[in-house]
Order: sequence, then C-alpha cells, then structure tokens
Amino acid sequence: MLEIKDLHATVEGNEILKGITLSIKPGEVHAIMGPNGAGKSTLSAVLAGRDGYEVTQGTITFDGKDLMEMEVEERAQAGLLMGFQYPVEIPGVKNIYLLKSALNAQRAARGLDEMPAPEFMKLIKEKIAFMKMDSSFLHRAVNEGFSGGEKKRNEILQMLVLQPKLALLDEIDSGLDIDAMKVVAEGVNSLRDENRAILMVTHYQRLLDHITPDQVHVLIDGRIAKSGDRHLAEELEARGYEWVIEEPAA
Amino acid sequence: MATEAMEQLARREYKQGFVTDIESDTVPPGLDESVIAFISQKKGEPQWMLDWRLEAYHQWLKMTSPSWAHLDYPPIDYQAISYFSAPKKPEDRPQSLDEVDPKLLETYEKLGIPLHERAALAGVAVDAVFDSVSVTTTFREKLAEAGVIFCSISEAIREYPELVRQHLGTVVPQGDNYFAALNSAVFTDGSFVYIPEGVTCPMELSTYFRINAANTGQFERTLIVCDKRAQVSYLEGCTAPQRDENQLHAAVVELVALEDAYIKYSTVQNWYPGDEDGKGGIYNFVTKRGDCRGDRSRISWTQVETGSAITWKYPSCLLRGNESKGEFYSVAVTNGRQQADTGTKMIHIGKDTSSTIVSKGIAAGKSNQSYRGLVKVSPRATGSRNFTQCDSLLIGDKCGAHTFPYQEIGNSRSTIEHEATTSKIGDDQLFYCKSRGISEEDAVSMIVNGFCKDVFQELPMEFAVEAEALLSVTLEGSVG
Ligand SMILES: Nc1ncnc2c1ncn2[C@@H]1O[C@H](COP(=O)(O)OP(=O)(O)OP(=O)(O)O)[C@@H](O)[C@H]1O
Ligand SMILES: [Mg+2]
Repeated sequence: MLEIKDLHATVEGNEILKGITLSIKPGEVHAIMGPNGAGKSTLSAVLAGRDGYEVTQGTITFDGKDLMEMEVEERAQAGLLMGFQYPVEIPGVKNIYLLKSALNAQRAARGLDEMPAPEFMKLIKEKIAFMKMDSSFLHRAVNEGFSGGEKKRNEILQMLVLQPKLALLDEIDSGLDIDAMKVVAEGVNSLRDENRAILMVTHYQRLLDHITPDQVHVLIDGRIAKSGDRHLAEELEARGYEWVIEEPAA
Repeated sequence: MATEAMEQLARREYKQGFVTDIESDTVPPGLDESVIAFISQKKGEPQWMLDWRLEAYHQWLKMTSPSWAHLDYPPIDYQAISYFSAPKKPEDRPQSLDEVDPKLLETYEKLGIPLHERAALAGVAVDAVFDSVSVTTTFREKLAEAGVIFCSISEAIREYPELVRQHLGTVVPQGDNYFAALNSAVFTDGSFVYIPEGVTCPMELSTYFRINAANTGQFERTLIVCDKRAQVSYLEGCTAPQRDENQLHAAVVELVALEDAYIKYSTVQNWYPGDEDGKGGIYNFVTKRGDCRGDRSRISWTQVETGSAITWKYPSCLLRGNESKGEFYSVAVTNGRQQADTGTKMIHIGKDTSSTIVSKGIAAGKSNQSYRGLVKVSPRATGSRNFTQCDSLLIGDKCGAHTFPYQEIGNSRSTIEHEATTSKIGDDQLFYCKSRGISEEDAVSMIVNGFCKDVFQELPMEFAVEAEALLSVTLEGSVG
C-alpha cells in the first residue's frame, strides 16, 4: 500500500530525512518510535504533503501511484489521512460542517453523490458516541478551545467518519488521560481491517499495549536504525535509545 | 430568487408605455443652474423641488471634496460628467458579449446567471433590454391592496408631492456632505416607499424589480417612510457584478421610522471592481442614514459589500425616539486593488436607546479596507446601550485592514461595549482542511463564511445563500 524508498527530505535546506525505506501492506499496523528531533513528524508531514518540506531523493508510492505528484487534498481523497500532533483551531467553522465538507469532497473525488443529510447524521451520531464525545462538540468551532485530549479524540472522530485506507497518526497518545487513551485506541482499532493500514508515531509502549503493532521502527537522525516486532518497543521502553545507536544498523 | 424573477421578467413583453420620461435627450457634460433646471423640467417637477435642488447646488459649490487618509483615487472632474443620465446610446455600449471583459463573464457564469441576463448586466446594447417597469405593475397591485407605495422617486415627486416634501432631506440634509449635496442637486433615479400606519408590507421590496439592472442610476435617491407600527424589509442590489459606464456613484438613502415602526434595509453591493489593474471600476460614495424618529422604532442595516474599486459608506442611525433601536451588520470584502472605507454611526439621542454593530471585514490580494465607527451618546440619552463587534480577517500579507472606533459618551448611565479582533487565514488552517480532502478554494470559503455567519443570518434567506456564493467567487484565487 505504501512504499517508501530511500527517502531524503530537507527543511529550509537542512536534511532531516536521510534515506528512509519502509513498506506497509494492507492490514498492517506500523509504529515509529525514536528520540525527539529524529524526524518522525517530518516524515508524516512529507507524506501528508505539507509545504516547506522538499524531497531531494527517493520515491514514495501509495496504492501504486506516485505520492509526490499528488496535491494535499488528492492524497486525502485517495485515502491517506493524517492525524495531527497539534490540530489547528479554525474559529467560526463548525466541527460538523468540516466533517460534512470533508466527507463529501472525498465522495465527490470517488464519483459518489453527497451523502444525504439523514444518513450523515446517523453516521455522525454513531461515531461520536463511539468516541465517547458529547454531541455538543459537533456544533463548536473546529478544535477551538478544545482541551489537548479533546483535540486528539476529535482527530480520531474524523478518521472514523472518513475511513481512510492509510491513517497516519502522529503522537495521538500525547496528552491523553488513561480513559481517553483507551477510547482513542479503540477508535484506531476499529479502523483495522485487511484493507487498511496504520502508521503511528509514538513515544510510549503504553499506546502499543492497546494497539498492537505488526512492526516497530526506530527512527534516529533521519534514518530507520532498527526494525522489529512489538517486542522491540518493550525493549526500547526498558533500555532507551542509546543501545540502538551504538548497534550497527540491521 | 434573482434568477427566477429575471426569467419571469424575460417572459413578459416590453411595454413601451412605461418609459415616457426617458427619451434620449442628453445635456452636455458640466454642471450649472441651467442643467439642474433642465433635469427638473425633464422630470416634470414642481417649483419647490427645483428650488430645493438649487439650494443644494449652492451649498455644494461652497464645499470641497473630502480627502481621506485611507483612500487613494485620482481627482474627479465634476464638469466632465453628464448629469442627465439619458440611456446610453447603443453605439457607445459594447456591441456584443465579445467586447466585454472575459473575467466579468466568467463570474456571471459561476454565479449561475442565465445567458440572456448576462448581456444586460454587462451593459451590452441589446434591442429588447427588458425593463423592469413592466414587472412593477404586477407587484403594485398586491402592494396597492395593502396601501403601500413603491415607485420611482421621480414618480413620487409628481404623484405624492406632499409625502415627499414632508420627508425629503429631513434625514440627510442637502448640505450634509459633499456627495450628498451633489446628489441633492442632480439626482434622477431611486425609489420611494411609503408604508401606512399599522401595515406590514406583504412582501420584501427589492430594487431588482424596479430598476433595470443594466442602467442603475449614477445619482440615486431613495426615501423610505414607515408610518406608526408599520414594517418593511427592503433589499437593494443584486449579487451579479454590475457594470456601468459611470465611474462615480453618489447615492443617498433616507429612512424614516415613526413610532413602533421597523425598517430592515439589506444591501448586496457588487459593483464592477474594474479589471485586474482596477481599470473601469466604480467609485461608490454613498450616504445612507436612518432616522428612528418615533419611540420604540427600529432600523436595521445589513450589508454585504464586495464590489467597487472604491467604496465609501457609513449607514447610520439617528436614535431619536425613546427606546429606539439601531442595528448595523456588515460584511465587506476587498480583493485585488479594491479600497473600502466603511462603517457606521449610531447617534443616541432618545432615552434607553440601544444599538448593535457587527462588522466583518475581509481583505485579500492587495486591497485595503478601513472600518470607522462612531457611537455618540448625547447627555439626555440616559440608559442607552451599544454593543460593537468589529472583526477583520486577512488573506495573504499584501492587504490591510484598519479599525477606527470613535466614542463620544455624554452621560454616565449608558453602557458601551466594544470587541475587536484581527485574524489571518493561516497556512496551517488551510493545510488542515486540505489534508481532509477539501480543496483550497472550498477551505477559504468555508473559513470566510464561518467568519461572516453572524451577519449572514441577518440577511433574508435567499439573499444569504447568494451572498455565500458571491463571497467564494470574490475571493477566488486570493490564496497561493
Ligand atoms: N524549519 C526548520 N529549520 C531547521 N530545522 C528544522 C526545521 N523544522 C524542523 N527542523 C528540525 O527537524 C528535526 C526533526 O523534527 P521533527 O519534528 O520531525 O522531530 P520528531 O521526531 O517528530 O520529534 P518529537 O519526538 O520531538 O516530536 C528537528 O531537529 C527539528 O529541529
Ligand atoms: Mg514530532
């Protein structure tokens, strides 16, 4: 589904990603861990198509298509959806309105008609209940005045409504209390099926207790220094990153 | 609404009989007493009206054209203007749509304006330009039943001289300002509305039905009088960008609300802003004022301003009656090289009067806009209240928005609240929307419409829908 080959990327002339190769197949969950400043958010920004990140070498294909040739909204329409580490506030725009516009924009791109209002309302009610969010959040402005944890839940709510093929989750667990962590994890798990994949960035084993990854990668200084199964995460939790840096790359 | 009305209109036959006073005489450019006498005579006006015009003219001669810090335009040569706006000679107009700015036509298409209507709006010389006068007859019957008068100002001066004489210039005196004085001397078009005591006007009155959209007057004068306990909702303008050969437009609108009367005046102004360099754009210098003359009367201005090269207007309320209410809801959008200086004045004179101001300014491209608001509470207007909310939204970094709130509070038993914000559509917000699959243009219009919703909800339903579409079209291509 997602093939990253020898990806190099710069930000304002500084090379941050220094040759990343990663392959994600449908049905898989991959976790990326690594020290602060390693380039984890940079990788998700490059995948989502944020301005200011220049790919200088390598290729990314998504569902067989060259991702670098696609506009930001086209990537989303093709099913690649990013959950933000710091979701932005959009005053004046109701949350429900954003959801509806996004859903219908994606449907239009796939040649579908707008979802009829009653069907949409039913869908939203079901998903917001699943995320244990109060329905008043639908009528508040997007992320405006939301607490850190509420913003994260809201990101997952969008995922549940938009049903991406590949969900990119950047530190979706940060700032969550214990109960919220469970709710968010359940939300993510409900997205899992044989046709979808998830790429998530996290610092903590905790999240991986709830969402079991198929593979764990350690990103250090713009490169994947080590990959393994979920036990690698446990080892990292116990030993930190130093030993990975010292070991020669696998 | 507009489209439907126009289609209805197109199906109707053009009736010659209604156009008696627009023969194609023209006066040479320039302004003096003889030109004013000519206009007055052409309109078949009584002597008092001519005297009134001449009085205005003499005041105007002594005044100087205002200069404003935030507007920049070449001086206007008033002697180069022809003051009797006879219909444009067909040979002076574009002969076909091929001669019209393609950008303008593109906009018509995006707004969904039918083909036959586009030519008329663009000022093309078409033989059967449908004159809205014929439509008036249908509406008039319904209005007549209710006792409502709705006609052109010229007709009102002839048919209802005592009503006009009693109210004309009582809200905006002849010498109020430079443009009002000029308008008073030479106005030739505009509407007159009278709603009798206790009557709620049975329909929304729209200039769209009255004035041929292709030929809206350069110096319009509108007078609306709402008698005791009467109500009316009046819509001015339409969402289609209108072109006009006349660069200077100086209209005057006067509203009079007697005891317990309510006038709601909504405007969607979309004059041609000019081509990409601002060439051919309209200068729109308008004086609009409402007089809440009776106790518990209420006047509400709602406006969506997107057009014109230069806009200068401050719809205002004189709150003279006790417990009277003034409201001002405004969305002003500027793009390209447009300049706008708008705002309102709320003058509290009666006791326990209240006013609400909600102004939303959106600047994009290289445009500039200013909000100027005056809230004045006289010493005897105790118990008065004002709430002002004044927000600006910037799109890009080459535009500007400035806010100038003035307050003159003459007593200590009144409350004034003022809130102001300036925000920018951030790249982060756009990226967030796009990363959800929403196109940049839809994202901008979603954010802008969200920003304006407090004002849009004050607009009559169909107008609100049109206004949203209009904003997206106006701001198209403003990002990136
Ligand atoms: N505009 C910039 N100019 C120079 N360096 C930058 C710029 N933007 C980001 N960086 C650097 O890129 C590196 C990678 O940042 P990134 O946000 O991807 O790290 P991260 O792995 O997500 O870290 P964290 O765990 O703290 O979230 C950092 O060292 C950061 O300082
Ligand atoms: Mg990060």
